[in-house]
Amino acid sequence: MADKMSVEAIADAMFNIVKEYAGKKRYKSTDLTKEILATYGDKVDKADCKAAIRTLMDSGRCVYGYAGGSFIALPGIEGAAK
Amino acid sequence: MATGKKIDTPLLDQLEKGPWPSFVKELKGMAVRKPMIQDLLGQLEMSYREKRGHWKHGGLVGVMGYGGGVIGRYSDSADKFPACAHFHTVRVNQPSGWFYTSKALRELCDIWDAHGSGMTNMHGSTGDCVFLGTTSEELEPIFKELTDKGWDLGGSGSDVRTPSCCNGPARCEYACYDTMDMCYNITMAYQDELHRPAFAYKWKFKFSGCPNDCVASIARSDLSVIGTWRDDIRIDQNAVKAYADSGMDIRADVIRKCPTACMGFDGKAIKIDNKQCNHCMHCINVMPKALRPGKDTGATILIGAKAPIIEGALLASVLVPFMKLDKEDDYQEFKDLIAKIWEFWDEHGVSRERIGECIQRVGLGNFIEEIGVEPIPEMVMHPRTNPYIFYEEYFEEGDAEGAEEA
Ligand code: SF4
Ligand code: SF4
Repeated sequence: MADKMSVEAIADAMFNIVKEYAGKKRYKSTDLTKEILATYGDKVDKADCKAAIRTLMDSGRCVYGYAGGSFIALPGIEGAAK
Repeated sequence: MATGKKIDTPLLDQLEKGPWPSFVKELKGMAVRKPMIQDLLGQLEMSYREKRGHWKHGGLVGVMGYGGGVIGRYSDSADKFPACAHFHTVRVNQPSGWFYTSKALRELCDIWDAHGSGMTNMHGSTGDCVFLGTTSEELEPIFKELTDKGWDLGGSGSDVRTPSCCNGPARCEYACYDTMDMCYNITMAYQDELHRPAFAYKWKFKFSGCPNDCVASIARSDLSVIGTWRDDIRIDQNAVKAYADSGMDIRADVIRKCPTACMGFDGKAIKIDNKQCNHCMHCINVMPKALRPGKDTGATILIGAKAPIIEGALLASVLVPFMKLDKEDDYQEFKDLIAKIWEFWDEHGVSRERIGECIQRVGLGNFIEEIGVEPIPEMVMHPRTNPYIFYEEYFEEGDAEGAEEA
């Protein structure tokens, strides 16, 4: 089996996706997890993806937003607050 | 920033007339010391006059680490009503069964008075204690004060919404399981899912102790747990006689109203053909001293209810006719079922689609096959229908051609 990615490395990969698509696409937790699973295959699992999202949130690198449904975003001002 | 400026509210004033309680009267009382409420009244009057709302929802508002519990609300007329430019809602996880001590209520009100409008909604339709109206700057201080005193935020967005339950065995002899214990257990077990939205859309658990379903779980929760029994209704024939002697017309009020016509009364005693009883609770509700649910109790698990949002309203349908709900085993059978359903939903759910809509789209048969639940006749959407029959199992290879030729 391939070497597993650390939770921190998954969090970094997720952060890069959110940053790259900021303002273009709203990623939900499930979308991010699916994208990471598709990219890194058996180096990652769902539980680590969940832990990585928690790391992103607890560190303040990302925040949750809401627009009809919840999504993950970079901190800032968006949507109804503008 | 505050205007605090009193303005005329002739339309709202209409709602103070008559003998009924009036939220306008209450708000006016609060407006004296809360500029936010004064401006709220002004904006509301403008909405009534123009016949349109002036709130904007959503955005990135919340507390650090959490994705639920705060609903961002902003005025689109902040220039006119600056004191309610931000008017966020904070949802506080209510105690199971909504039991508060007066000390707990004072504690909540003091926190809210210090950091928000002071206006509450006890309780929101999901069950939370709802604080209405605060600014983004006050969210972290509110959160800190709440958590320091042992409270926590509830759910919002695409997460597990704050589970709620009837007060069950605490006050009600009909309870077929300990609703408050289970609601608390499930709330604690799914803290991560409650605070960090990870689903396609919202997920609501509701727990009712018996088929009276006082929390309307069958209509208002994605996963509804309704207490029931699988043995016989308990009958105290002496109490039946006492009801008859006191003038109750048992034949008219009980026997003839049984929806499955499974009851009989010979003038002295009631008989029930329990196999035909559908546990509607009618007879038990009418004669609570004489009739009681059986002793072999547990719950029916139903799935898929929702109010109309994108699609129309759905009532839940039965998924597991009877589950024992073992407290000692930490409700593991129930949690195993939830894990399988969420796995399915993760895989097949699309954004803003509730589990009930997802099941409709994917097909009930496919859903129960994928979560590994055996299709059985009790899984009915409506009486006398069965959407779960798998005819393929009864055919051998080649049967289809044969059938066509015939
Ligand atoms: S749902 Fe049943 S057990 Fe719960 S409060 Fe209502 S009548 Fe009592
Ligand atoms: S619970 Fe309802 S169906 Fe059952 S015996 Fe009583 S009235 Fe009839």
